[in-house]
Amino acid sequence: MYTQALNNNSDAADRTIEDAAHTTAFQARIDAEARIEPNDWMPAAYRKTLVRQISQHAHSEIVGMLPEGNWITRAPSLRRKVALLAKVQDECGHGLYLYAAAETLGASREELVDAMLAGKAKYSSIFNYPTLTWADIGVIGWLVDGAAIMNQIPLCRCSYGPYARAMIRVCKEESFHQRQGYEIMLTLCRGSAAQKAMAQDALNRWWWPVLMMFGPPDQASQHGDASTKWKIKRFSNDELRQKFVDATVPQAQYLGLSIPDPGMTQDEEGHWRHGAIDWSEFKQVLAGNGPCNRDRLAARRKAHDDGAWVREAAAAYAEKRKFRQAAQAAE
Amino acid sequence: MATPNTPLWEVFIRSRNGLAHRHCGSLHASDATMALQAARDIYTRRGEGLSIWVVPSGAITASDPAEKGMMFEPAESKIYRHPTFYEVPEEVGHM
Repeated sequence: MYTQALNNNSDAADRTIEDAAHTTAFQARIDAEARIEPNDWMPAAYRKTLVRQISQHAHSEIVGMLPEGNWITRAPSLRRKVALLAKVQDECGHGLYLYAAAETLGASREELVDAMLAGKAKYSSIFNYPTLTWADIGVIGWLVDGAAIMNQIPLCRCSYGPYARAMIRVCKEESFHQRQGYEIMLTLCRGSAAQKAMAQDALNRWWWPVLMMFGPPDQASQHGDASTKWKIKRFSNDELRQKFVDATVPQAQYLGLSIPDPGMTQDEEGHWRHGAIDWSEFKQVLAGNGPCNRDRLAARRKAHDDGAWVREAAAAYAEKRKFRQAAQAAE
Repeated sequence: MATPNTPLWEVFIRSRNGLAHRHCGSLHASDATMALQAARDIYTRRGEGLSIWVVPSGAITASDPAEKGMMFEPAESKIYRHPTFYEVPEEVGHM
């Protein structure tokens, strides 16, 4: 059982006082694969890392609705449309589970959302790319969700209880996302030459940005070491990227599509080794200069502003009812 | 004026007839009615529930896991509450 409200206990402050004994006991619990719960003592840096990571993950789910939402009204059939709608609704739900998990660490929803709207908090770089054709929806399900699942499965065993539990739920619900994406790709690849060319074009545009989703190479990652020690992270960026590539290449071959990487080779152990990733592009997108960064933030801000009256009306209505009930009780 | 934070609610779902309501997460809503509707939309998109409870988070009083030793000590010493405390001869069979 965890609630944000429990974190407001008066002795919560005492629990954040760092000392060597606490830190040692904490690490011993982590090493013994115990789950850390919201009211347990934890180092301030562990808390901060988790708030950053979980809220970025939440923002990614919310911003991730935009590229796909772009195609809901133009889905080619009712089957595709209901699937896409369900997927976008799931992403909204996943964002909300994750915000709730971040809030158990003492962050408020309003602060987290404001940091994202102000451009201070990051979200996954992948959502700053445009969805130009219907095939992009196929590639997003197949590869973007495929990469996300690769990242999320180890998080189901992350040391922080509320995050791990949210991930279990998310992974369960997301299994259809990748399948519907691959089904779209398969249909396009078995269709006309123009449809197959559209599928190849989408793969060409998304392949490299998808590989970048796993984050910077291990020697350049700034959050790796502590997160590994705390068992927030179970595999390195490069390990996960390699797993993903190995899983994906045969899927592309089955579709009859080619991976847009002339440097890709298969080593003696059967691993597919990709060519050099252009990390300058990744840095540019993270710095706010990707193709859609401004559009995405503008869309989120507009949605937030347009919804302000709903939040105000709901709060006013709740307040009015409270007064009425108090007045009735006094009669 | 700063908007006050929207109240937090804990969500409990009964997944099948005969099972207890089980905690599944939390959400923000202005009042109980909206909390119930939001719980339906967020936590039962695949028909996971027969019924939902929403409880204001602040209304929950919880024991402190750090003091679980003291809290649960009274049961520790009462091994006679377990069936294995009692010896029944093997010839009597399973009981």
